[in-house]
Amino acid sequence: MSADSSEPDLPPAVAGWFAARGWSVRRHQQAMLAAARAGRHALLVAPTGAGKTLAGFLPSIVDLAERPMDRLHTLYVSPLKALAVDVRRNLLDPIEEMGLPVRVETRTGDTPSDRKARQRARPPEMLLTTPESLSLLLSYPDAAGLFATLRTVVIDEVHAFANQKRGDLLALCLSRLQRLAPGMRRVALSATVADPDAYRAWLAPDGDIDAVDLVRGDPGVPARISILLPEDRVPWSGHSGRYAAEQVMAEIETHRTTIVFCNTRALAELIFQDLWKVNLQSLPIGIHHGSLSREARRKVEGAMAAGLLRGLVATASLDLGVDWGDVDLVIQMGAPKGSSRLLQRIGRSNHRLDEPSEAVLVPGNRFEYLEARAALDAVDEGELDPDVFRPGTLDVLAQHIMACACAEPFAANQLYEEVTGAAPYSGLDRETFDRVLHYIESGGYALKAYDRFRRLTLGADGLWRVTHPQFAQQHRLNAGIIVEAPMVEVRFRNGRSLGKVEELFAAALTPGDTFFFAGMALEVERVDATDLVVRATSKSARIPSYMGARLPISTNLADRVRRLLHDHDQWPRFPADVREWLEVQDRRSVLPSPGQLLVETFPREGRHYMVAYSFEGWNAHQSLGMLITRRMETAGLMPLGFVANDYALGTYSLKPVTNPAALFSPDILEDEFVEWVQGSALLKRAFREVAVIGGLVERQQPGKKKSGRQVTFSTDLIYDVLRRYEPDHLLLRAAWADARARMTDVGRLAHLLDTAADRMVHVDLPRISPMAVPVLVLIGRETVAQGLADDALLEEAELLAAEAMRED
Amino acid sequence: MVRLSFSGVDFLALRQGALFWPARRALLVADLHLEKASWYACRGQMLPPYDSIATLADLTALVEETGAREVWCLGDSFHDRAGGERLSDRARAALDMLTSSIDWSWITGNHDAGLAADIGGRVLAEAVVDGLVLRHEAHPGDGRPELSGHFHPRLRLQMRGRNVARRCFVAGETKLILPAFGALTGGLDAGDPAIGRAVGGPARALVPVADRLLSFPLAA
Repeated sequence: MSADSSEPDLPPAVAGWFAARGWSVRRHQQAMLAAARAGRHALLVAPTGAGKTLAGFLPSIVDLAERPMDRLHTLYVSPLKALAVDVRRNLLDPIEEMGLPVRVETRTGDTPSDRKARQRARPPEMLLTTPESLSLLLSYPDAAGLFATLRTVVIDEVHAFANQKRGDLLALCLSRLQRLAPGMRRVALSATVADPDAYRAWLAPDGDIDAVDLVRGDPGVPARISILLPEDRVPWSGHSGRYAAEQVMAEIETHRTTIVFCNTRALAELIFQDLWKVNLQSLPIGIHHGSLSREARRKVEGAMAAGLLRGLVATASLDLGVDWGDVDLVIQMGAPKGSSRLLQRIGRSNHRLDEPSEAVLVPGNRFEYLEARAALDAVDEGELDPDVFRPGTLDVLAQHIMACACAEPFAANQLYEEVTGAAPYSGLDRETFDRVLHYIESGGYALKAYDRFRRLTLGADGLWRVTHPQFAQQHRLNAGIIVEAPMVEVRFRNGRSLGKVEELFAAALTPGDTFFFAGMALEVERVDATDLVVRATSKSARIPSYMGARLPISTNLADRVRRLLHDHDQWPRFPADVREWLEVQDRRSVLPSPGQLLVETFPREGRHYMVAYSFEGWNAHQSLGMLITRRMETAGLMPLGFVANDYALGTYSLKPVTNPAALFSPDILEDEFVEWVQGSALLKRAFREVAVIGGLVERQQPGKKKSGRQVTFSTDLIYDVLRRYEPDHLLLRAAWADARARMTDVGRLAHLLDTAADRMVHVDLPRISPMAVPVLVLIGRETVAQGLADDALLEEAELLAAEAMRED
Repeated sequence: MVRLSFSGVDFLALRQGALFWPARRALLVADLHLEKASWYACRGQMLPPYDSIATLADLTALVEETGAREVWCLGDSFHDRAGGERLSDRARAALDMLTSSIDWSWITGNHDAGLAADIGGRVLAEAVVDGLVLRHEAHPGDGRPELSGHFHPRLRLQMRGRNVARRCFVAGETKLILPAFGALTGGLDAGDPAIGRAVGGPARALVPVADRLLSFPLAA
């Protein structure tokens, strides 16, 4: 820790604690103290390991040491439920060691109900919670009393969720808290972000960004990042870096503790198996991802915290928070997708600012090599990916309004003012607010059918109130922002649960099938509505295909990859096979300049291929593939299918595309896009989420928890009925907004189409080009049926079943 | 409409999930669950109040398309026995139009047992029509050929990376189970053991598509 001559004026208990450790208060910790003394809101932006959490709590500790109070003083909100390890080190230990009479308690969905009741009756000075649990606390009639004394709210890891639905909910909660405790200070802690002002604006009450101090932590020592290339070769295809298992194992052997990050859960399982095969020393290695059972995750987290593991294969489930202490190497399998994400992952290693973090990237193919190179350059230059802040969603607003109604009667005018004081809702017009209110009241339908069944009524006093306590109880049971995909439980016959997989994946399995899960090869014994019963097997498992979010490459990184492609001066840095790949491409086709959109067409084995190198990321390309193949169908080109990755889109058809410009025209977004999204499962999936969050359907009823599966059934049907009779309904609007923003990446798609005509360079080739190979090898691996109606699929299924069942 | 032969009788299966009996010009449907949305609305879940209108509109269209003179509803026609009283004026008018112009029979089910007789048409616990038993829930012990509903069978499968789910008929030697017809009625996997027990013996899931009836053997 750095010494500092200007020690702040600290109470003896706190000053003594620092002194006993030979520490001094660091600069950013002082700045946070100063902001607190001045009564100002504050955003602390600092790299991981900079003592951020303590900096966030320090002002509250000091205040409580100076002026003890037996009421709620500080609220700490984290997106993570698993706070235990981190908070013990950063908060409980210091408070104990300082000998302060400060009670600290946690409150999450897992907290027993008797403790929850006690917390409301006799709140601790510091309460640690999640956005969802905070919203629930605010839905009780005693919320006003409970929070009246609140001085500070500390929001941790704000970069991880401020611009998502949980961020919308928290912003609304902050507005409410501010009304209950007008003097409350807002404090947020963030990893290094591209645009701290965007987060200041999010944090600020009533859009007053100047009320928020920006405090920057000291930059850490630059990370030491390298690209791992076994024998200096990069494979043509693949996207996982699996070929490098031996080298990865060698890295684990030579480090204390290594985290191996993978981009999907399925990949994590495969990589774990690959590593296990070459783990000749039988080192303790573990696996951690969001599908594993909570017990399995807690066990691995405990083993990590205790320093028992040498390696941990993980996914984004580890991206957040939890501080692992002794990790000295981070390995990224496959492409990093974005420089901010890479930096945050690297931040998992070596939490001492005076030593560099060490990281190794393992690109899976040649494009991914360029992406890894680009990410490294971006990190060197300190370029981060900007975060996009969109308007707050209406389903979250509905949930919040219901919570407010459960707490106490409210006047619409006052609540509207309060809601628009939250940054995500600052642009919300009164008409939309009223529609949401009407929706809470009786469903918001044009047909006045439910006047008798209203959940809210407007009293003669001008206040809205809940008509029956039962509705408040229902709200509290159903509130929450995370809506899981329908899942089935993976378990052994003896009942031991291993975790959950998406129902879609389970539905494709039959007894005798094998797959990797929880680090084991498993054989299916039985599949039923809620369970996948398995046993361990030594048979080799087939590739798991359970899904999980796939993040697209960031715009910044994509731009860098384009520049690397085109800038010959960079090529000497590349391995020989990547260089050769680019040189042959240059000779045989075109290497597009960063501004150009290269489209190649060529025949191969009786089919005609078109590959567009648009670099807009996997989601946008997937959407574009659906749309373009439809157009090809209409144009009589007889498309057979398409493949998409982060860099390009490839189509194949029986007739050649001669005029690609006609396919890439922006009007596709007006007609075909709408038609496609409405007919696709995307919107139904989005609708399911908004219907649950918005409280249209219950996720849970008193005494019985619905399985995710039952929820799916009914929301699909509700969607159909609503679309047929009231297509302009609030929830359909909300589902549309979600589908556009998150699922189809329509922003990048629109950019691509709007500029395609000016930027397109079409090259007609006699045969496949080098750049097309990493794209087209995907064909046959991802056999997604395109353009086929459900009927055709059913007919095909019948044929297969008949063939399989035929007695020869 | 595609041919579906059951117990020596020729029916036409409609992809909307209904059965037409040409010899009698009778339309058979099961599990309409009318006023399901308002039942939930009473309890705080404000589902779209259009389910009865949607179901009756679909049924009216089928009556017109087939020229049916009889309609048999195989039970759970209303989501609860008081459902009839909650019908909106528009839905009530659509229903009255149907029951007054067609020979209409309600077989009652577990949801709508005790359905008021003033709903229009006749209300029956079960019926035997030309040797076929019509009832709500299959009776495993009854060996006579029987048409029923109750289970909301639905076929789900994965094909080429896509999930397809469709309401389906389930046929055994002497039992034919109809899919649910109501706009807000969910489904039960056709292979569910409960359906297997009801059918007793080998069963097939039948799915009408444009020009033929697809048949999927169900695991016993």
